[in-house]
Formats: sequence, C-alpha cells, structure tokens
Amino acid sequence: MTREVVINSSYFVVAFLFILGLKGMSSPVTARRGITWAGAGMVLATLVTFAWPGMGNYGLMIIALILGGGISWWSGRVVRMTDMPQMVALFNGMGGGSAAAIAAIELARGETHGTAVTVLAALGALIGSTAFSGSCIAFAKLQGILRKTMHLPGQNAVNVILAVLTIISAIHAIVSGTAAGLAVFFGFALLLGVIITIPIGGADMPVVISLLNALTGLAVGFEGYVLNNPAMMIAGVVVGAAGSLLTRLMAKAMNRPLFNVLFKPITGEVRAGGAGITGTMKEISALDAAAMLRYARKVIIVPGYGMAVGQAQHKIREMTELLEEVGVEVKFAIHPVAGRMPGHMNVLLAEADVPYEKIFDLEEINEEFSQTDVTLVIGANDVVNPAARTDKSSPIYGMPILNADRAQNVIVIKRGKGAGYSGTENPLFYAENARMLYGNAQTVVGELIKDLKELMS
Amino acid sequence: MEGFVALYIIMLAAFTGYAVISRVPVILHTPLMSGSNFVHGVVLVGAMVALGQAQTPFEQAIGFLAVLLGAGNAVGGYVVTERMLAMFKSEKNRTSAKKGQ
Repeated sequence: MTREVVINSSYFVVAFLFILGLKGMSSPVTARRGITWAGAGMVLATLVTFAWPGMGNYGLMIIALILGGGISWWSGRVVRMTDMPQMVALFNGMGGGSAAAIAAIELARGETHGTAVTVLAALGALIGSTAFSGSCIAFAKLQGILRKTMHLPGQNAVNVILAVLTIISAIHAIVSGTAAGLAVFFGFALLLGVIITIPIGGADMPVVISLLNALTGLAVGFEGYVLNNPAMMIAGVVVGAAGSLLTRLMAKAMNRPLFNVLFKPITGEVRAGGAGITGTMKEISALDAAAMLRYARKVIIVPGYGMAVGQAQHKIREMTELLEEVGVEVKFAIHPVAGRMPGHMNVLLAEADVPYEKIFDLEEINEEFSQTDVTLVIGANDVVNPAARTDKSSPIYGMPILNADRAQNVIVIKRGKGAGYSGTENPLFYAENARMLYGNAQTVVGELIKDLKELMS
Repeated sequence: MEGFVALYIIMLAAFTGYAVISRVPVILHTPLMSGSNFVHGVVLVGAMVALGQAQTPFEQAIGFLAVLLGAGNAVGGYVVTERMLAMFKSEKNRTSAKKGQ
C-alpha cells in the first residue's frame, strides 16, 4: 500500500516537472533550467519504476537500459550540430517504436481489459509504428542515405488504400486474436509510415519531423492509458498537443496547409526555364564580392541549408566581425523554415557565437531589405525565391519569403547551378542586381575573409 | 483508472500542451521540438513495466526492444537538447557580460 503511494506521488511530481520543464524551454532565459527540470523528472520516473509491484526480468531491463541509453548518449554527444535534425528524427522514431512494442505485448497477451483499452492500445500501436518507420525514413533522407524523393503513381490513392487496409487488419487482429493477424497489422502500420514519408522532401521536411514528434507523443499517451500510468498519459498528450501546435505554426509559416504537405508533395521536376525568368546568371569573383561587402553601409546575411552543409557558420561570424571593424552594419535574416528544421539556422549561428541581437525573424527584417546595400545569400534558395510572390504556377506560390531581391545588390553563394531542394527554378539568380559566387560555403567565405583582410590592410 | 477521469486528464493535458508553448520565439523552435521529443521518452517507464511483467520469451524479446528504444529516446533526447541549449546559455552570458562593461 505504501509502495503504491510512493510510486503514485512520484509520478505526480514527474508530470509536474515535465510541464514545468516544457514551460521553461519556451523562453530563452529559462530554457536551460527547463531541460534540467524535465531531466530530473525522467530520472525520478525511471528510478521509481524499478519498485513497480510484480516485476521481474531486472537483468534484461538493466542491460537494455545501459545498451540503449549508452548508444544514444554517445551518438548524441558526437553528432555535429548540423546533423541535429536527423538525430531528433531518429530519437523520435525510437520513442514511437517503443510505444508500438508495448502495444504489441498488450495486444498479444489478449487479456480482456475492456474495449476502450484494446482500441487505444491498437491506436497507439498504429501511430507508434507509423511514427517509427516514418522517422527512420526522415532520418535516412536527411542523412543522405536515401537521396531520391520517390513518387508512386497515384500516391494519394495508395495512401488511402493502405490506411484502410491497416485499419481493417487492426480490427481483424483484435477480433481473431492470433499472432499472425497481429504481425500483419504491424506490417501494414510500418509500411504506412514509409509510404507516407517517402514522397515528402525539401522544405516540407521540418514540418514532417514535427508532426511525427507529435504523433509519437500521442502514441505514448495512449499506451499510458493502457498501462494505467498517468505520468506517461500526461507527458504523452502534452507533447502531442504542443507538437501539433508547433507543426501548425510551421506549416502556416510556409503557407502550405498540413494537408498539402502530406498529400500534395512538391514535385521534384525542375521546370525548364520557369515562367517569366529572364536574363542570365552572372558570376562574380570572391575579390569583387569582398570589395562590394567592404564598401557597403549595410549588409544582410541570409543563411540556408548550404551554410549547414558547408559548416560555414564560424567563418561567417569571423567575416561579420571583420566587416563590423570597418563600420559595416551586418544583420542576419532567418526565414522560419530555413534549413531542415525551424530554428536550425539560429542554433548554428548560436554555436558560432553570433550574438542574438543581430539575428532577425522574417517579419522583423523584411522591410529593411530595400534600404540595404548588399544581401548575402549563403546556401539559401527557396526562402528567397521571388516566384513565391508572383508565379501562381510555382509549387511554393504564396509562401512568405525574405525580400532579398529588393536590396541594391544580391550576392548568392551556392554550390552549383542546380535548382533548390524543392526543385523549383529561382528567378532571383537571374535578376539584374544578383551575382553568383559558386562553391562550398565554408571555402567561399574563407576566400572572402582573405580578400577582405587584403582590402583592409 | 475510471474511463471518464482519464478523458478529463487527456483533455486538460492537451490544453496544457497548447498553452505551454503558445508563445515561443522562433529561435527556440528546434530546442523545443527536441525537448518535447525528450519528454515523450517517458515511454521508457511503460516499457520497463512491460518487460518487468513479461512471461513468455516472445514478451521478453519485445519488452527488451521496448526498453532499448525507450532508453534511446530518453537519453538521446536529453543529450541533444542539453547541447543545443548550452550554446544559447553561454552566448547569453557572454553578451550580457559585454553589455555590462
């Protein structure tokens, strides 16, 4: 009896700590405290669970804990800051897989808990498995293991048919109660995650990771109900709700309703020429670009995924400091979906010690481009594509963009002449005031620094 | 747990989730996503119970997998979030120290 009181009151504290932690993480001032609170909650939850009545298999449990925790601890430590998005996807997939595994045991045991419990267990299994396989695909895509974005013919019909088949197999598995039926159900659920995620690419990726995160939360919440565990229930549902909100905010920032993200993926075809693109791409040398920056009064830097790939953030900070030494005003403009995750660019710039107050959101800075001498676009493409404003046939039409093209001069650092990740041509690169600087972002910015130093000596 | 009590808990938790992150600066979106990813690592607790009550070798195997994955979610989520937030922290101190001079 007392043991139950200790366990239950501990879980109560755990739920409180988690909510406090998430609350803390939503403000820069308290963010670190927030993760510490949540971490303390997790440790307490894990420790107290050892005392759960009627448990065995402690040896196996400790091995699994050390193995799973150890590998994750190590990989979370060594991963480069630029690879964080896929790590989040991977860890999220693990959570979904874990929830699905719990459901598998509960369903296979086939004890009659009542309809509500069985249905929620199956729902958790479905969502957890889908989140697991979907996250694995997201990881593989961002890591570059899976390079191609594949489109099945009649993708949406396939999705719907597969979803229906999955639900039918779930009902069959519950009613028949056979192991084979259960295996078929899990097979369908896993396949569903793969099929839904595989055609999604480009700028939609962050939205999908966020959605999968919310789904895992829901699955955890449902399994918490099944296991009669309030800490799991509350934490899972809170994450499910918070994650859904975050997903919606992100989809809104791109002006792509969630429905379109999932069911109308941006096609990978490069539209030859594109509507209304005139002019040619004009190349510029690093030295000319450096001179342009050196004698500007005001420069806005627009970083994108190319900065992450090239690990250029430290060089960029160095260049910024050089420019400021000679009195150039430098600001950073961050599009909400620049990179492969919301805030991706902020994290990288923070890693490179670029001060907060130089970094601005789309709404804060968009008016300023017209009074700017040089916009330096570093490895960004879709987020500065003016076609989003004007070209109704463009797949990204309607997405708010950074008005980089309205500056007097635009310098674009880019790896090659290809189209952006979304596969759409960018008229900005052909504009009269734009100059292209080809190469890996880090190398190119390194050259700029060298040339700037020469100009300043 | 009584069905309706559980429903109330779910409803209140859902509103809490919405309210708690309704005002987040863009700068914290990634860490927050990572942080909420860590929080659902509490699935580890359920996995431990599932493994602890496992009887057959099949249940033990799946339970082992559940704990393995759950621990991965919790630990990995924490490490990654902590690393992101640590950068914000040091940066903040640095700039506020500068301002103080």
